[in-house]
Amino acid sequence: MENFVFAFLNADIVREAWPILWQGFLYTLALSAITVPLGLAGGVLLALLATSGPRAVRLAAAGWTDLFRAIPPLVLLVFLYAGLPFAGIDTGAWGAVAIGFFLNTGAYYGEVLRAGIESVPRGQMEAARSTGLSRGQALAHVVLPQAVRNVLPDLVSNTLEVVKLTSIASVVALPELLFQARQAQNATYNATPIVAAAVAYFLLLWPLVRVISRLENKALAGR
Amino acid sequence: MSSSPPAPRPIVDARGLWKRFGSLTVLKGVDLAVAERELVFIIGPSGSGKSTLLRCLNRLEEPSDGSIHIDGIELLNPRTDINAARRRIGMVFQSFNLYPHMTARQNVMLALRRVLGKSRAEAAELAGRALERVGLGERTDHYPAQLSGGQQQRVAIARAIALEPRVMLFDEPTSALDPELVGGVLAVMRELRESGMTMVVVSHEMAFARAAADRVVFMADGQKLEEGPPAQIFGDPQHERTRAFIRQIDRH
Repeated sequence: MENFVFAFLNADIVREAWPILWQGFLYTLALSAITVPLGLAGGVLLALLATSGPRAVRLAAAGWTDLFRAIPPLVLLVFLYAGLPFAGIDTGAWGAVAIGFFLNTGAYYGEVLRAGIESVPRGQMEAARSTGLSRGQALAHVVLPQAVRNVLPDLVSNTLEVVKLTSIASVVALPELLFQARQAQNATYNATPIVAAAVAYFLLLWPLVRVISRLENKALAGR
Repeated sequence: MSSSPPAPRPIVDARGLWKRFGSLTVLKGVDLAVAERELVFIIGPSGSGKSTLLRCLNRLEEPSDGSIHIDGIELLNPRTDINAARRRIGMVFQSFNLYPHMTARQNVMLALRRVLGKSRAEAAELAGRALERVGLGERTDHYPAQLSGGQQQRVAIARAIALEPRVMLFDEPTSALDPELVGGVLAVMRELRESGMTMVVVSHEMAFARAAADRVVFMADGQKLEEGPPAQIFGDPQHERTRAFIRQIDRH
């Protein structure tokens, strides 16, 4: 037991590793603040193209979505960061993360939002258009608000996964939480920093998990 | 050549309308003219094309061939601003199609603000007045889910008339309603008619047609088979298909 506490719940180690863990936590926050909005923007764009464009555009959007859901995000990120420079394109670490998450996360958000848009009855668009609203106005004011509401639990769920996925940014040398925890582990020969990272993720994401549960209960009650 | 002055151009003037869905032909060269302040009822068996005809009149359905003038606007001309044209054509749907995430007042306000560019205060004022007109002045802050079907349909009518359209299209406005809720909607339609609104109504409310319509159009198989004043269509139909349809309706 003493060994267990020493290896995993070591207060001295936490104190010692705190500055770099905190820095990692801030990186994870910053990465999330970039990747979630970018992914959402990509998702809205894809969902609109997949539901409202001409046939060729809809097919292209569906193919694009399939492609970037099938490519592992880690592979995509490494390619952008380490592969593209061979073509003379150097995005830098943050650029690679931004593009990679836009592509990967956007595809996932896009699928969720597409399902949401398709869940809104056709009559809603028709009613809006019959009053003279343009297609864009009808989407923005009538269809999208209902679409988002219909898939809100899935959207929040996806956001949860995106925040966790930011840990792959360590492969492009961005010192996010997990990366810093492993640095601390290597420096101290102790696993406590990893446990501390897990606790930090939990504190960050637990409110979101609660939100999902409440939304799902509400959706069930509304049926 | 007639010496009388030319009749005023009808508000709705559709000529030779065809509509094909793939190999299915739903409209086969239909003409429909509606004069100002006229109430025209379109009746016919299901599948006769009457709803499709109505939906062509604001281009929710794109006709395959033909021409439509609404209040002088060439509706099918690609250069026509269809959004501007539609604000002059009110439409009421069988399934109400209220926006469920907005209150009754917000439902009416949306187009007032985004299409007519009214300020929030002015749109709210106009929406309140339109809702009062359909007897829902007390329900402006209710969401559709908190309203009965009849009340929802009246909000939908308010949403359309708030834009002061030149013509109102009704697509089976009472078909989705419980019988006891039909009266309230018909009363609003009657009031509209008395105020001089031009109306085209697709409906099975034959009693209402008899009492309120200026003209009844009977359609079958994508064609207009017969039209005339309600007394004639219901009392002395000329076409065999019309007679069969009226007999069937009267039995119910």
